[in-house]
Amino acid sequence: MKDIRLMKGNEAIAEGVIRAGCDGYFGYPITPQSEVLEYLMANKTKERTGMIVLQAESEIASIHMVYGGAGAGKRVMTSSSSPGISLMQEGISFMAGTELPCLLLNVVRGGPGLGTIQPSQSDYFQTVKGGGHGDYKLIVLAPASVQEMYDFAKLGFDLAFKHRIQVMVLSDGAIGQMMEKVELDEQIPRLTDAEIKVKFPWATTGKTPDRERNIITSLDLNPVKQEIININLQKKFKHIQETEVRFERIMCDDAEYLFVAYGSSARICQKAVLLGRERGIKVGLLRPITLFPFPTVELAKLAKQVKGMLSVEMSAGQMVEDVRLSVNGAVPVEHYGRLGGIMPAPDEVLNVLEENFIKEKKYEPHTN
Amino acid sequence: MSHIPTKDEVCQPENMVYSRTCLLTDNALSYCPGCGHGTAHRLIMEVIEEMNLQADTIGVAPVGCSVLAYDFMNIDMQQAAHGRAPAVATGIKRLYPDKFVFTYQGDGDLAAIGTGETIHVCNRGENITVFFVNNGIYGMTGGQMAPTTLPGMKTATSPFGRDTETMGHPLKITELVAQLPGTYFVSRQAVHTPAHVRKAKKAIEKAIQYQKLNKGLSFVEIVSNCNSGWKMTPLESNKWMEENMFPYYPLGDIKVPK
Repeated sequence: MKDIRLMKGNEAIAEGVIRAGCDGYFGYPITPQSEVLEYLMANKTKERTGMIVLQAESEIASIHMVYGGAGAGKRVMTSSSSPGISLMQEGISFMAGTELPCLLLNVVRGGPGLGTIQPSQSDYFQTVKGGGHGDYKLIVLAPASVQEMYDFAKLGFDLAFKHRIQVMVLSDGAIGQMMEKVELDEQIPRLTDAEIKVKFPWATTGKTPDRERNIITSLDLNPVKQEIININLQKKFKHIQETEVRFERIMCDDAEYLFVAYGSSARICQKAVLLGRERGIKVGLLRPITLFPFPTVELAKLAKQVKGMLSVEMSAGQMVEDVRLSVNGAVPVEHYGRLGGIMPAPDEVLNVLEENFIKEKKYEPHTN
Repeated sequence: MSHIPTKDEVCQPENMVYSRTCLLTDNALSYCPGCGHGTAHRLIMEVIEEMNLQADTIGVAPVGCSVLAYDFMNIDMQQAAHGRAPAVATGIKRLYPDKFVFTYQGDGDLAAIGTGETIHVCNRGENITVFFVNNGIYGMTGGQMAPTTLPGMKTATSPFGRDTETMGHPLKITELVAQLPGTYFVSRQAVHTPAHVRKAKKAIEKAIQYQKLNKGLSFVEIVSNCNSGWKMTPLESNKWMEENMFPYYPLGDIKVPK
């Protein structure tokens, strides 16, 4: 019989990481994601699967605890919300430089600064374009339901170890706090220390006579060697761009107009698509599931089919830049966003689409 | 005239009275000649070898002169961001409670940028060992003022001497962490004379032994010279250390198990 439960998004991903065989969680409370740590603590993970859960003294300490665990080959994670994720950028950059796999969760709240605790999508640039110092990328998964919060725990760990990369689940306050039904999988057993030693020969598990010492470092003072390291990193990102793109097409087959939206905004646009169809507008939705790698090719294809695209985000216009780069001027692309924790309504975004593309000449080409 | 033995004749196993531990690599030390880091490295590696812990040891060295420690220590190591070694070590130790985990940190790392991590790793009583090399200056970056720089001491960023009115006071972080219930053994040592080396090695042995016994955090400070940063010869710097550093940072055990 299926195990189906009603859960908050934050609880669902916490349950998801336990069942995905996570070894360790290190985190610090912050609204609107504190339920992750609370759920893990309440679930006595040490007794259930042997998973370690530790409340750190700061987000900075959390991410570096993750670094230590990941460097020793363990499946480890942390979670936070926007201001806390800003603090973690140092550690994320170090993990990028050392190619350590980990799962990260940002339940985004409005910024800048302390901002608000309401949902927002204003951390897209920080997450997709780097965040910390240096040339690097994360794999970014954008859940649009509580089920996906759960599913992306396992998917995130799998991708992280497949590519030795950091995977960020970029959620928001709405997805984290809302309750939906979730279908749960069987428990995946945690790897034993012996299995880790075999599967991850790079991990610092103690130098044995059969191998050279393992060193986890992002430092090379020789610029020639450092450039090679960086070129290899870029090759990995390119490979990920070519092989790991995920997206969902909703009523795109006959679409003349297109919403592009992820996460909560995609849920709103999904409703707007239905409203639009009732009004006789052939509108569809392209929902990026991976924000890096971005569904560039799919958007370029759709640009040959539709008359206009509206990128809907709870931000001042961040993802829209990637949409424009993807279509490369082939079709008008506009942005609509609400800021500071306000969520748009379905009829609101549909009206904007109509005003931009359908009603008598409202559209003015984007100039910058 | 008697025969003068050649080098090959002298270098025979039966003449061997001391050799370098195999837990130090063949890489030439990049530390300045006269600096105490090399001796501190050697002592820690000797003890790990004597306790047969190589296969169970994971070391963490952060930013500072210690950043290249993994070039010299023949063990698995992680390089940590500046100040974060205690957090990195926590992550390792919580997931591998049976491994021997240590950090090797300088004073800028441990007592300035990493103060929060230092206090909390000690307060949690993480079952790790912290080796703290205190030379009162930022050596790696070229001799700037450290949290442990003595009052009046001239550095690149206190060129007229540390003015405690505007630059604060040298931080006795070792005495501070000794107050915390999570620390089990706290000791301050030096490595500039044979007698001090022997005492320091004993403290390092204890610190590692206590971790094997799951006693909580052990903390060993080594007050060291930085002859380059202090702009002295090695001998002058050792004398200056005895006359100026030791009165402010007195040697000996600060917290011992009851």
